[in-house]
Amino acid sequence: MSPETTPILEMRGITKTFPGVKALQDVTISVRRGEVHAICGENGAGKSTLMKVLSGVYPHGSYEGDIVFEGRACSFKNIRDSEERGIVIIHQELALSPYLSIAENIFLGNERVRRGVIDWTETNKQASLLLARVGLAENPDTKIMDIGVGKQQLVEIAKAISKRVKLLILDEPTAALNDDDSAHLLDLIRHLRSQGITCIIISHKLNEIAAIADTTTIIRDGMSVETLDMHGIEPVSEDRIIRGMVGRDLAHRFPEHTPVIGDEVLRIERWTVHHPIDRTRVVVDNAHMTVNSGEIVGIAGLMGAGRTELAMSMFGRSYGTNISGRILLRGKEIRIRSVRDAIENGIAYATEDRKRYGLNLIEDIKRNISSAKLDRISRFGVVDGAQEITRADGYRRDMNIKSESVDVPSGKLSGGNQQKVVLSKWLFAEPEVLILDEPTRGIDVGAKYEIYEIINTLADAGKAVVVISSELPELLGICDRIYAMSQGRITGEIPRAEATQEGLMRYMTMEKSGASR
Amino acid sequence: MSASTTQRRAQKSARSQGSMRNYLSHNLREYGMMAALAVIVILFQFLTDGKLLYPDNVAALIQQNAYVLILAIGMVMVIVAGHIDLSVGSVVAFVGGACALMITDYNIPWLLAVVLAVLLGGVIGAWQGFWVAYVGIPAFIVTLAGMLLFRGLAIVIVGTTVAGLPEGFNGISNNSLPNSLGFVGQLDALTLLIGGIAIAGLVVSQFRTRAALIRNDLKVEPFVAFLIKIVVAGGIIGYITYLLAKSSGGTPIVLIIVAVLVLLYSFLMANTVFGRNIYAIGGNLSAAVLSGVNTKKVNFMIFVNMGLLTGLAAVVNTSRAGAAVAAAGQNYELDAIASAFIGGTAVTGGIGKVSGAMIGAFIMGVLNMGLSIMNVDPAWQQTIKGLVLLVAVAFDIVNKRKAKS
Repeated sequence: MSPETTPILEMRGITKTFPGVKALQDVTISVRRGEVHAICGENGAGKSTLMKVLSGVYPHGSYEGDIVFEGRACSFKNIRDSEERGIVIIHQELALSPYLSIAENIFLGNERVRRGVIDWTETNKQASLLLARVGLAENPDTKIMDIGVGKQQLVEIAKAISKRVKLLILDEPTAALNDDDSAHLLDLIRHLRSQGITCIIISHKLNEIAAIADTTTIIRDGMSVETLDMHGIEPVSEDRIIRGMVGRDLAHRFPEHTPVIGDEVLRIERWTVHHPIDRTRVVVDNAHMTVNSGEIVGIAGLMGAGRTELAMSMFGRSYGTNISGRILLRGKEIRIRSVRDAIENGIAYATEDRKRYGLNLIEDIKRNISSAKLDRISRFGVVDGAQEITRADGYRRDMNIKSESVDVPSGKLSGGNQQKVVLSKWLFAEPEVLILDEPTRGIDVGAKYEIYEIINTLADAGKAVVVISSELPELLGICDRIYAMSQGRITGEIPRAEATQEGLMRYMTMEKSGASR
Repeated sequence: MSASTTQRRAQKSARSQGSMRNYLSHNLREYGMMAALAVIVILFQFLTDGKLLYPDNVAALIQQNAYVLILAIGMVMVIVAGHIDLSVGSVVAFVGGACALMITDYNIPWLLAVVLAVLLGGVIGAWQGFWVAYVGIPAFIVTLAGMLLFRGLAIVIVGTTVAGLPEGFNGISNNSLPNSLGFVGQLDALTLLIGGIAIAGLVVSQFRTRAALIRNDLKVEPFVAFLIKIVVAGGIIGYITYLLAKSSGGTPIVLIIVAVLVLLYSFLMANTVFGRNIYAIGGNLSAAVLSGVNTKKVNFMIFVNMGLLTGLAAVVNTSRAGAAVAAAGQNYELDAIASAFIGGTAVTGGIGKVSGAMIGAFIMGVLNMGLSIMNVDPAWQQTIKGLVLLVAVAFDIVNKRKAKS
């Protein structure tokens, strides 16, 4: 079914101000019935704020402008109001209860009851039907915590369908999904479209938007700058969208860099790691790897290939059990038993999940920066506060961390600036080897470029840099050499000149030959 | 003296140059509780016809609340790290009993018994810290068990009461520093000297901190605010000094003990690696682990420290009563926890200051004393304190929510 021309939703002249900040300014957006409408914009451009206005999180009266849904003006006071009209929003952080079953979650707050008592037969029967509709082959009795993020996403959509959704809003639905799950989700969205459900999708993954959206509205600095018809005469490229988002031409998404590669710094041999709970499962299988000074080495792999596990097991055994193999630093074997040992030996690891594992969000910038190596600025266990401020302020200026001062809590910064704090923190620890796990995840295009520049500077300073990334163009754009991993093994080692996305993908999907298990 | 550290840290965390209004709105939390304490003091001063701030009452206020002040210091650290300690009341009874028995039944000199009692507290802390840090049992459970365990042991060793403690021991909590320098008019000269040193220390440290910030080209608070702060803090110390100098004893011995602890622990929390690690663990445990913090050791040490302070509180408490009682220390854990929370310690951990907990403890103490002077029924006193705790934390949470949006 092709999208109709009548709009199901019109938001006109939406202006939302917070104390001191104009988050949205005269935003206008028109969504046709039955289309997939993408909203693009840098982090902080106002996409999520717009969706919160639409769904009633910010109640009517707290913003200016009109919302017209199915021809009627809306004045939602809360999410319940918008859900009653058939507008359902699925947030980036899924709102499911991990200890309840799939069926219970689907009907949470909307329970199937008979005379005030929950009707379990009906609950499970309807849940099964809904699961079939979203293509999820799971028992409705299964607990949410026992299924992966990709499947949880589908449960959220099933829940939305159970509420008779007419307009489904997906905020970064594939951010935490692997490629398979993402592809499945996109198929599902197409399927829902064919059933007449309108979708608004917010995503940073421009290739997905190019693949699925019928219309794209670009928001920049709180204003709707343009609306692109994705099926127009001229095909809309990713670069075209980026240009709209950043307001400038990003001819080069990656900075130019000529590496100066020196001696070997890090070498790991026969590195094998077992799963911390299921001790028989091999997560990293006999891995060999070297990194030289001044070199940026990438690790490519699909979700579950063992990239993060490899990095974290090297970083003071912070992951895994029954770890065997050797780590050599500048040719000398080192023994690392704890994270402290790793840091003392000059190894740093910046996590893929900076909010959960990388930063103390309630603490200010300077204390986050100094946290991995406090002894550097302390004597007899007493921290030199003045030096801490001066050092941190130096990083703030060098890295261009956008904040008033180093006293601002890191939780108040945007994703890109938080990542710069994480990088500062590890630079402060003066490492020789710097492992960066998904360094640009959830960061907008402009800030990504800055992060790449920082990575290049680090390599030029003689550090050995390892970059783990799910975005192949990123690895191809910044790395001098790339290892591919699949099912815990390193399946390929490719120099930059020979690397292509297709070639990498072949290594990343290479099956284990039966014997090596 | 405690005010000087409070102020210095307030200044450090503020440093937003600009308008006074901007400055005040940034520091509302810091000063909100101090303002609340001031309001409560003025209110009771009025309600008790001026009896609250009688010189002898001020001295008694400090002596009566010394145990809470000491326990609250340790409790802030425990709560900031994301734990809780429910056992301190029972441990106070047990260690207090052990201390008294050492003196009466084993003829150990009281000064040595005091040292041994504090160490015994440390051993008990190590016991609880072991289960929390190395076995991984939540502190709530470990210390709930400790609460029962040590109350039971207290009754076993004490029976009901151990009395007949020496004069010197009882003097810790009931006596004041000797009048060794004579009088200035009617005022105790030694107290005046101590007060003078405290004010001088405050002024010097404030100006030095400010100078260091300016030297490093960092933002400082408006100069007017800076001056007002020093004058107000100095004025308060001066007034308390005056009242104590006029009281029958002069400076209570426990005031010196508490003041030293407050200065020491404020410094420990703000300026040492150990203190930073406590905030790091409470703020984000996983991030702390991945930053190389030895979280087990830090957690263990937090409980050992709590134990040492509980041991000291037991000594102070037994000394104040002049006897060890098996039922001593009832609800002390709740007083200490309430002080920490009223003083702005975050329920979720990661945030909290020793100075804040001291203000929290004084709010509770002033309420206690004021209501007692007014002859309010103890049942109603408890009711009022419960409401104050609730309102204080509600104020904190609403305030934070405002700051966020």
